[in-house]
Amino acid sequence: MSLPWSQHLILVPVLLPLLCGALLILFNESRHQLKFAINLASVLGLLATAIMLMTMTDGGYWQDGIGVYLAANWAAPFGIVLVADRLAALLLLLTAVLASCALLYSMLRWSRIGVHFHSLFQFLLMGINGTFLTHDLFNLFVFFEVMLAASYGLVLHGYNLNRIRAGMQFIAVNLVASLMFLIGVALIYATAGTLNMSDLAMRLAEIDGADLVLLQVGAAILGLAFLIKSAMWPLGFWLPVTYAAVSPPVAAMFVLMTKVGAYVILRLWLLVFSPESGSAAGFGGSALLWGGMATIVFGAAGMLASDKHGKLASYAAIISSGTLLAVIGLGQPALVTAGLFYLLSSTLAVAAFMLLIELVERSRNPVEAMLALTMEAFDFEEAPEQPVGVGIPAALAFLGLSFAGCALVITGLPPLSGFIAKFTLFHALLSGEDGVVAPFNLALMTLILLSGMAAIIALMRFGVRTFWASGAVNARLKFSEAVPVALLLGCCVFLTLQAGPVFAYLERASADLHRPALYIETVLSEPVVPGIQEGGQ
Amino acid sequence: MELIIAIAIGVLFGSGVWLILRPRSFQVLTGLLLMSYAVNLFIFIMGQLWVDMPPLTLGDSAPDPRAFADPLPQALVLTAIVIGFATTALYLVLMIGSRGVTGTDHVDGKEPDQ
Repeated sequence: MSLPWSQHLILVPVLLPLLCGALLILFNESRHQLKFAINLASVLGLLATAIMLMTMTDGGYWQDGIGVYLAANWAAPFGIVLVADRLAALLLLLTAVLASCALLYSMLRWSRIGVHFHSLFQFLLMGINGTFLTHDLFNLFVFFEVMLAASYGLVLHGYNLNRIRAGMQFIAVNLVASLMFLIGVALIYATAGTLNMSDLAMRLAEIDGADLVLLQVGAAILGLAFLIKSAMWPLGFWLPVTYAAVSPPVAAMFVLMTKVGAYVILRLWLLVFSPESGSAAGFGGSALLWGGMATIVFGAAGMLASDKHGKLASYAAIISSGTLLAVIGLGQPALVTAGLFYLLSSTLAVAAFMLLIELVERSRNPVEAMLALTMEAFDFEEAPEQPVGVGIPAALAFLGLSFAGCALVITGLPPLSGFIAKFTLFHALLSGEDGVVAPFNLALMTLILLSGMAAIIALMRFGVRTFWASGAVNARLKFSEAVPVALLLGCCVFLTLQAGPVFAYLERASADLHRPALYIETVLSEPVVPGIQEGGQ
Repeated sequence: MELIIAIAIGVLFGSGVWLILRPRSFQVLTGLLLMSYAVNLFIFIMGQLWVDMPPLTLGDSAPDPRAFADPLPQALVLTAIVIGFATTALYLVLMIGSRGVTGTDHVDGKEPDQ
């Protein structure tokens, strides 16, 4: 007897990119079309799988919406377990959407400036998808490394001076982060004797005294590794340099990678340090809150100060990850729901912005751009004379409109999804118990508002300088580069229009996260397939 | 025995931390290597130090866990060594590339006084 085919679907997001990435190595670099076609087929396959997983988790195919895959048929705490629940399925979908847009964007130019772009892209997807699905700490490390190794290659893709400089820092920082990850895992295994997350959560209640302290130290060091990835202040200095140096489609994928760190923290902390876990409940929450708030300030200041467009977008990514971390730190169910919506909308918008910036910069007259910078430095009021009466070409109109869309979502102004995200965040922050609002909630709300203001100022300056003050010459757009931007922004519009159903789904996902007992029960009681010699006990 | 290994790990890791804070990329690389050795040792002895115990179970009867070393850390450390080795090698390649392109071995890709 064997598993139904649908159960194997949980493995597809990992296996498909692995096989396609390996296959792509075999083809010569000159066969662009073929490589692109294989890559696209794989990404579309991932998209279909993610949608199927989402309907399965949410449609009652699995009891309680949690699908469990026992790798090699080993019973739960002994083998590696992959778990698909609503949150994981949603993030798989987000990854696939972003990947298809980034890939399409890279078709004409960016995938051809170096070798093995497509393989690295597939391996990056494999790592990201694996991190979302795995339920074992050491397996998480392996997927994390797969993701990082691919990202090292992608940072250096199209080898130039900037990328080498950025890559040196990026790789060194991430190597140290991986070492911290290992130390954390080692300490957790030493005290709890398990690496399975559910098993760990269950055993935590029985651990106390010196062992508990050691385990908390381990968890803190482990958390540090994820916080470096999600660029919490002061661990995020590498981010603006790196994101501004890499090619745009890679930068768009990297926006997702900061969210991977936040995702792991959300998953692990709500599961392991839940209120049911005894004396260790809520461990580290205040550190996340403070760190997240400091990150928002850092991001806002960086946005105001940045002179390069790539850096502007990187700081926008930092603000969004700081907001997420602070929200996780407060750890209220309603807040988490709103935070997840914020994650979706801000990831899509910042990724679109990363892609858009390059198109805008290409259309700008370099002399004018230089002039605009000097004008700023010397505080000139008068702009140099511009020819009057030139009609706005369609390409420039597209760029301007897309920019406005990105800016609206990033700053959280109505009517797009950014506004809904911030509105619900504030609503959750203000609806404390018994009508009393905690001072931290107010402080966080003020910071989010102020960072939004800083973003408005920075983006407005960017928009005025780019689209009004300096004459953009002959903006020429390729179809394959305009469509991804439009698609990503279209997703934001979709989120706005369908906010009701999306929120209902996110509420169910967040409710799952806040019921760790059910989750643990489901994972640990998953039966092995009978008829084969059992491997477990 | 525990003390000796603990001191060894501490010295390795401490030297590694000092080295990765140095300005030359080769020093950083050496620091990363030392740190990864320390971490590998740390994983290897996590939980308990086992002497003269086989890590594998023998025979069909249910084994006595006290007679065997914990095999899991050994499996983990193998994976960690391989991954650490590969990523460090990658850093070495990048280091050589950077030396070729920028003409300096400073980690910032330029000499500080330029």
